[in-house]
This record gives sequence, structure tokens and C-alpha cells, in this order.
Amino acid sequence: MAGPPPYATPLYRSWYYGFRFLCALIFLFLIAPILVIMPLSFNAEPYFTFTKGMLSLDPDAFSLRWYEDIINNQQWLHSIKNSFIVGIASTILATTLGTLAALGLSRSYLPYRAAIMGVLISPMIVPLIITAAGMYFFYSELRLTQTYTGLILAHTALGTPFVVITVTATLVGFDHSLTRAAQSLGADPVRTFFKVQMPLILPGVISGALFAFVTSFDEVVVVLFMAGFEQRTIPRQMWAGIREQISPTILAVATLLIIFSICLMTALELLRRRNERLRGLSAG
Amino acid sequence: MAEATAGKIVLTTADGVPLKRKLRQTQQLMKRRAFTLVLPLLAFIGITFVWPIALMVYRGIDNPVLSEFMPNAAEAVLDWDSSQSELPPEEVFAIVARDLVQARKDKTVGKVATRLNYELPGSRSLITSSARKLSRVEDGPWMEAMLKADSDWGKRETWAALQRIAPRYTGSFYLAALDMTYDENGAIVSQPENRQIYVTLFVRTLWVSLFITLACALLAYPISYLMATQPLRISNLLMILVLLPFWTSLLVRTTSWIVLLQTEGVLNDIMVALGLIGDENRIQMIYNMTGTIVAMVHILLPFMVLPLFSVMKTISPSYVRAAQSLGATPARAFWKVYFPQTVPGIGAGSILVFILAIGYYITPALVGGRTGQLISNFIAFHMQKSLNWGLAAALGGILLFGVLALYWLYNRLVGIDNMKLG
Amino acid sequence: MRVILKSALLAAAGSLAVSVAAQAQDLTVVSWGGAYTKSQIEAYHKPYAKKAGVTINSEDYNGGLAEIKAQVESGNVVWDLVDLELSDVVLGCDEGLLEPIDASVLPPAPDGTPAAKDFLPGTIHECGIATIIWSTVYAYDKTKFPGGGPKTMADFFDTKQFPGKRAMRKGPKPNLEFALVADGVPADQVYDVLSTPEGVDRAFAMLDRIKDDVLWWEAGAQPPQMLADGEVVMATAYNGRIFNAVATEGKPFEIVWDGQVWDLDLWGIPKGAKNKKAALEFIKFSTDTQRLADQAAWISYGPARASSIPLIGKHAEAGIPMGPHMPTAPANFKNAIQNDFAWWADHQDELNERFAAWLAQ
Repeated sequence: MAGPPPYATPLYRSWYYGFRFLCALIFLFLIAPILVIMPLSFNAEPYFTFTKGMLSLDPDAFSLRWYEDIINNQQWLHSIKNSFIVGIASTILATTLGTLAALGLSRSYLPYRAAIMGVLISPMIVPLIITAAGMYFFYSELRLTQTYTGLILAHTALGTPFVVITVTATLVGFDHSLTRAAQSLGADPVRTFFKVQMPLILPGVISGALFAFVTSFDEVVVVLFMAGFEQRTIPRQMWAGIREQISPTILAVATLLIIFSICLMTALELLRRRNERLRGLSAG
Repeated sequence: MAEATAGKIVLTTADGVPLKRKLRQTQQLMKRRAFTLVLPLLAFIGITFVWPIALMVYRGIDNPVLSEFMPNAAEAVLDWDSSQSELPPEEVFAIVARDLVQARKDKTVGKVATRLNYELPGSRSLITSSARKLSRVEDGPWMEAMLKADSDWGKRETWAALQRIAPRYTGSFYLAALDMTYDENGAIVSQPENRQIYVTLFVRTLWVSLFITLACALLAYPISYLMATQPLRISNLLMILVLLPFWTSLLVRTTSWIVLLQTEGVLNDIMVALGLIGDENRIQMIYNMTGTIVAMVHILLPFMVLPLFSVMKTISPSYVRAAQSLGATPARAFWKVYFPQTVPGIGAGSILVFILAIGYYITPALVGGRTGQLISNFIAFHMQKSLNWGLAAALGGILLFGVLALYWLYNRLVGIDNMKLG
Repeated sequence: MRVILKSALLAAAGSLAVSVAAQAQDLTVVSWGGAYTKSQIEAYHKPYAKKAGVTINSEDYNGGLAEIKAQVESGNVVWDLVDLELSDVVLGCDEGLLEPIDASVLPPAPDGTPAAKDFLPGTIHECGIATIIWSTVYAYDKTKFPGGGPKTMADFFDTKQFPGKRAMRKGPKPNLEFALVADGVPADQVYDVLSTPEGVDRAFAMLDRIKDDVLWWEAGAQPPQMLADGEVVMATAYNGRIFNAVATEGKPFEIVWDGQVWDLDLWGIPKGAKNKKAALEFIKFSTDTQRLADQAAWISYGPARASSIPLIGKHAEAGIPMGPHMPTAPANFKNAIQNDFAWWADHQDELNERFAAWLAQ
């Protein structure tokens, strides 16, 4: 940022700096909660504030004890395992179903396209508490509450809209003459899909899958209603902790989750760039 | 080569089929193929998502207890014309007594008692104890036996309540969700004041969501503008500050707000250290409405920034420059030229934030304390604590209706196709 | 259509469902967590696991029938044995959520007195066997009241003389009883007064007076923690939790027994529990005279058997004689109220809802 132009009036100057100061405050609001929680998770004391020792960077004021707590706690380990089981299974299902549907939706001649799209996106829109209540009643009639299967099916439903949206978006710029060209050269539809379409929409598919995974990984309302003790996930475990007694262990888990989400975010950004590059190619 | 007969040319394909028909066939085939691709997901969402929610809304009017567990009694009570006599005749007493005894044998009398208790508080033991006592009675007259079992059977309101739970379908849960009830003559009246709560809660939820939407718009506008007007390298950097919270777990963010805002928390500590407030006067910023609003604005802000930013990015700066060179002050140029172009972005973001805010559950439950609860929290309360599932379904049905109306509006104004992620 | 769809799905779901049922030798026992669950683990779980060779999974909950109802109605009962309040046993039994328990199989007292006579009156129910008598009391932090702490229930509601935040259980039970006692209603008339609409209004009016000074807790482990953190100066709590904070952690808390509301905790078996037989064996084991007395060495809850009372000794870790700390000790029992389960069974729907409305206003 180069500062205001040299010819600026004093009024404009104060506006210029005032505006940037305001923006800085808003960015601080966005990022502060994340910045605060990370150092506190290394607090040697079981408090949620910065101790004098921490502020003076005394090494004794920092410790990894809350991280050790996670490793030594069977419940946390179990919930981490559950989160990955449910997350990965529902992501695979959601990505498969969602990608297929997006391929169909990208054809403008699909009848009732808008209505179908409306239904497919609705899991993202309907309040989770309603989804959870509805699923709870229905799944319990099917004996699927308190099972992994039920939870995976529920999270799949919640994750598909993201796959549909991202893959449809990649397909907007897709040149359908490419598939026609492949087919006229003798490729069957399956081969065409994997050799021509798939490489081009892959970034969209992967970012949709990431979204679906994060949706499942972060979801707690449906878990609260549908999962039993056996199926407790990380957010469910955090929920219990926050409701009853926040222990610094939760801050340690939170820090690990933040690092995890930074990784996911980076992956997504790289995909976005790759997608833009590929689209540039296909248009040329 | 073309067969010209009377000036009409019919184009055909190589195998002689008219081109028009062939085209239509091909189109049909492609339509079917596209639909086949969509079908698995459509069926999946239909069964695992839409159908369960439809069933839940239906549960709000479903009233199976009496008609299922005491079918004869339900029928008899419904046949009794309550305007003709103060109490039903002996036959009705007899049928109800026999059904009560049967229900006790079937171990379903508790369900009947629970259902009647929603309608007429305090009537649970009337049902369970009467059933117990009546099972020892050999023969009628049943009116006398029931009055002996519990004198409440001589009250008109008992029978009126029984009559209200007898039909297969009921409006009483939806009425209760709107703070209304039936009186003993079947007229719709308001609940007593100390039990009125849901209308207040719906209104509160609307206002809070509106306020949060407004706050998000006010906070998102300047930073989106800044990002849209900076060079790509800087705006990408700033974008990370928006996306990082967006990708961070909801519970992590809620936890950190508790750490920041609680009375022994970071923010209070800083203020005490700076001497802004005394150690005894720490400010309560969480476990109340303030906590709910601050945490929800933080969580929903990215949903406003992303659409706003993508709209602002496309606005060419030359319009504002043109307006200014024509003599408009910067403020006027902004208001008359720039702002109107950003309205679609504000609209898209606002509806999205509002829809998400109105159904929020987790954050108010964790940081809302006593006064920061929204309608979703009461749906959960009736689902998990009071177990009044009919009322939970009715509250959910009303909320769902509101959200779907907004969703329809969003679709009309913005179009779901234009929803952007990340 | 609906039926066909449902049965088709049911079949599909059945073949899909990942079975995670605990193995037959496991027993899932659910209780209230914290110091209370610890006392059960020490007195019952550990010796039983050794004797019968089973693994006992201990889970926590915060009371109520919600989870049991959810499991029974979904047909997937994962809990085998639950520690329940009496009113929930009565309700659960009526609604068919609990298995009937044959009390005749319970072991007799060492002197041969049959169980039916040895158990205190009212502690054996069709669907539940009581283990303890516990009570809700209030306690305060002595360091916060150097000039002398509160003595009566009325003092709890007196924020002028005893300023500071209070903590109470989030729900009407037993706050309404407390409010009436504080308002001068004699202990034996509390439920008569509460049975009138004016009585309920009177209780809520009393709660109104301290509403702004109250933090609400849900889990039994919270109130001692809130007192220890200095968040509140006094808190209603389960008496055993406060006792343990004092005895084992040396906290400066003092219990006020005036207006205590006592109740029973019973073992109940959810309908359709997978290990019903093992659960029944566990009940038989844990409710014998010695085990009940053993539990009293870990937490200050009174045993439900007459023959156990003389066996109560000292706290297992702190070495304090437990007798004077029981809710039923004569000095503590002067102005005590027994929780009226029948009254609550009738009124809890209405009052839960009214309480929720009152709370949100």
C-alpha cells in the first residue's frame, strides 16, 4: 500500500488513513479469536488468560501438557477416529453422487432443472436443527440412529450441495465439443468421462470433496441427535466439554483443528489456481 | 439430390429418417441421459433428507396416541355431543373405563397419560391411577366407579381435554407454537400470560437475525471495498484473513469467543490492566445476548464478504472517476454511482446471512446463556428435554416455512447457480 | 406407499447397518458423572468386574428420560443399566421404557432379613431398585462471608444481606420447593401450596427476586467447580459433590441443610437392553448390604438398606466419619422435604415449559 497520492487534500488524507484503520479493526475482529486461542493452548496453567510468565516469554510458563492430555485420553482419540471414519465415508458418497448429478445438471436441456437444483441445494439451507430433528425421527424408525451408517448417510446428505455447486461451477466453462470430439474419435462414454471430462473438472470435484469433508468434520447438531456415545466425533466431544467445564485440553484440540483447516485451505487455493489455468487452456 | 416436391424440402438422415424427428429423438435421449445422471442424488436426497423433514412437519399435526391405544374410547368421546350435556352418558364412561384397563395391560397407559398431560397439565396421575384402580373393578355402573377412582372425572374440563386428544389429527401443537390453545368449549384462545413464549421468541429471532445481517453488511462493506480496490497480491493476502475463520471449525471459534469475552477472559483482563475498568467491575459480555450476537456476526461475516467482494471486483473504477470529473464530490459519486452497483452483492449476502442466522442453534446454546436463546434452542429443548415432540415439530414447521420462503426469494433474486463458495 | 417404502428401507438399512453392539460380556452402566460415578466405580464396578469377569463401560448423563426414550423407540438400546431419579423411574415404568425388575431375587441382609423388609420403605419400585438417598442442598464459600455465612433457605434468596452470584440447577425441580421454603412455607406443606396456581406463582415470584444474580448449571459436577472458580458465592448442589470437594480437595465450602430436598437414585434397566441378564446380576451384586455401605465410604449419600447404615465408616481417602454428613443424619434432617415424585410426574411437563419461558424472559 503506497499511501495516499501526493496531491491529496488533508480531508482526503484523514479519510484515507481513517478508512484503513477501520478496516484493520474489522480484520482484527475476524482473526483475533484464532490468534488468541493458539498461544493459550500452550499455557502451563489451567487458565484461559495470558499469565505474566507467558507475556514475558518465560519458557516455564509454556507446556505441552494439554496436548499430552489428548494423546492420553481414550475418548478424544476415539472421537478423532470417528470424525475421520464418518468424514471420509460420507465424503466419498457425497462426491460420487454429487459429481454425477452435476454432470447431468450442466446440460441445459435437463427438464425442471431449476426445481431439481433447488431440492439438491436445500440441505445447505434448511436449519440444521430441523434437519437433525427430522432425520432423528425417520432414522430411528429405520433403526439407524446410534449407528455409523445413519450418521454417514446424514452427513452425506449435508455434504452433497457443496459438491454439486463446485462441480457445476467448473462445468460452466466446459466445452462440450470436447466430449463430442472424443466420441466421434471412437471413445465410449465411460472412457470419454475419465479421459476428457474428469481431468478438467477434477479441481472442482476435489474442492467439492473438501467442502463435504469439512461439513461432516465440523458438524455437531446432527451428531447430537443421531449419534450414540460410541459414535462421538470431535465436535461432539468439544460440545460436551464447553457445556460443562472448559478445560485447556479443548484449546489444544482447537489449535490442532486450526492447523488442519489451514492445510485444507491451502489445498483448496492451489486447486482454484490450477482450475483457472486449465480453464484458460480449454478456452484457448 | 434434394427431392423437391411442390417447393417443400424434407431433410433426412442417411438412413432416411426425417431430420426433425431424428433430432427430437436424440434430444429425448440426451434429456433422459442427463436425468439418469441426476437421479441417484435426487433419490438419495429425497429419501434421506426431504422425506424425513416432511414427516417431521406432519408430526406436528399427527395425534395418534388415543386413537391407537384407546380406539374405542377415542371414538366414543368424539361421538359425545358436549353441547348437549355437562358430562358424557354412562356408555361413554363404560367404554373409556374398559379402554383404560386394557391400556394398562398393554403398558401404553403412560403414553396416553403423557399426551393428556400436555393438554391438561396435572392430569397424568388421573389417567395412571384411575387405570390402576379400575382394573380392580369387576362391573359397572362405570360412571360411579370412575368418579370414585378420581373425582376429576366429574369435571367437564377433563372430558373436554379427552375430546381434544381423540381425533387422529390435531391443530393443538401448531396452536401451542403460536402461544394459543383450545379452551374447554373448543374455542381458540391465548395461552395464559406466564406460558406465552414462542411468539416472543420468533420475533426475537427475527430481530436478532436482522441485526446480525445488518452488522455483517456494515462490517463486510469496507473490507470488501478495500480488497476489491487493492492490487491482486495484497487482496489475496487480505482474503486469507477472511477465509481462515471461514474454514475454522464452528466450535473452535465459539470456544475462542468464550475465552476472549468471559469475565475472567482476555478482553476483560486487558481492560483491567489498562485501567479502563476496575477488577470488581468486569463486564459480562458472554452468556447473554451480547455473546450470541458477537459470536454469530463473527461466524457469518465471511458469508457476506465473499459475495460482496465478487461483485465489487467487477465494478470498473472509471465510473466513479467519470462522475468525479463531471463535478460530483467523492461522497456523492460513491453514493450515486458506486453504491447502486454493489446492491446485488449486498442482497445476495444479506439473504444468505439471514437464512443462516435464523436457524442457528450451536452458538446461542453455548454462549447465549439465559437471555441469548433463539427459537432453534427451544426446538432442541422440546426434542431432548421435555420430549414434547409434537410441539418441537410444530415449531420446526413454522421455522422451516419461513426459511423456505426466504430461500425461494434468494433463488428468484440471486439464483442458486450463482452461489459461490470459497 | 409409505409402508412399502419403509419396509424396503428397513430391509436395506438392516443389511447395511454397521453393528457396533458391545460384546456380550460388556456392561454399559450410565450415571451422573464426577464424584458420584467415582463412588460407584470404586464400590460396585471394580469388585464386580473382578468377580464376574466382565468389562464395565461407564457413561455420564444429566438425568431425565430423553436418551432412554430415544434408544427404546429407535430399538437400538445401548445402555444396560441407568442410575435414575425416582420420578423418572415412575414415568419410565408407566411409559414402558423400563424393564420390570423382580425384587424377590435381591439378596437378603446378613442376618437373614429378606430384602423386601431390609430396604427402606418406598425404595423398591416395580421398575427400579434404590441404592442411595441423596439430597439437593445449597452450599457457600466460607471465605466470601467472613462475618458469618447464610444459615437458612431464606438467606439464599436474600441478596441484600448476602450479596453475590448464586448457581442453581437449570430446571424447576427442586428450585420451586426451595423458593417456597424460603418464603416461609413449612416443609411439610410445600407440595400442598405448589398444587395451587397461586402457590406456583408465589414460587416463581420468589425466584424472580434473585433471577439476575443466578447462573444455571446442568451437570452435577458444575456447582462445586463454579464455587471453586469464584464465579458464584453460593450454589445449590447435590450434597455428596460438595462433601467431596471439602473432604478430598480441602475446599472452604459449607453446606446449609435447611430446606434440603431429598430423593432416591435407583437402578433401572432400559426396555430391550442387550445385556438385561448381566444388568440384573449387577443390580443384585451392588445392592447387597456391604456394597451399599462401601459406597458411603466414597460419597456422602445414605444407603437404601437399613442393614447397611450401621456399617457406614470413614471416608476411604480423607478418613472423615461419614455418618454426620449424610442427608439423613438427625442434625441435617430437621427441615427436610422428600421430593414428591407423583406430584412431579403430574406437573413437570407444564412446569418445565413454564420455567423455560420464565428463564428466557
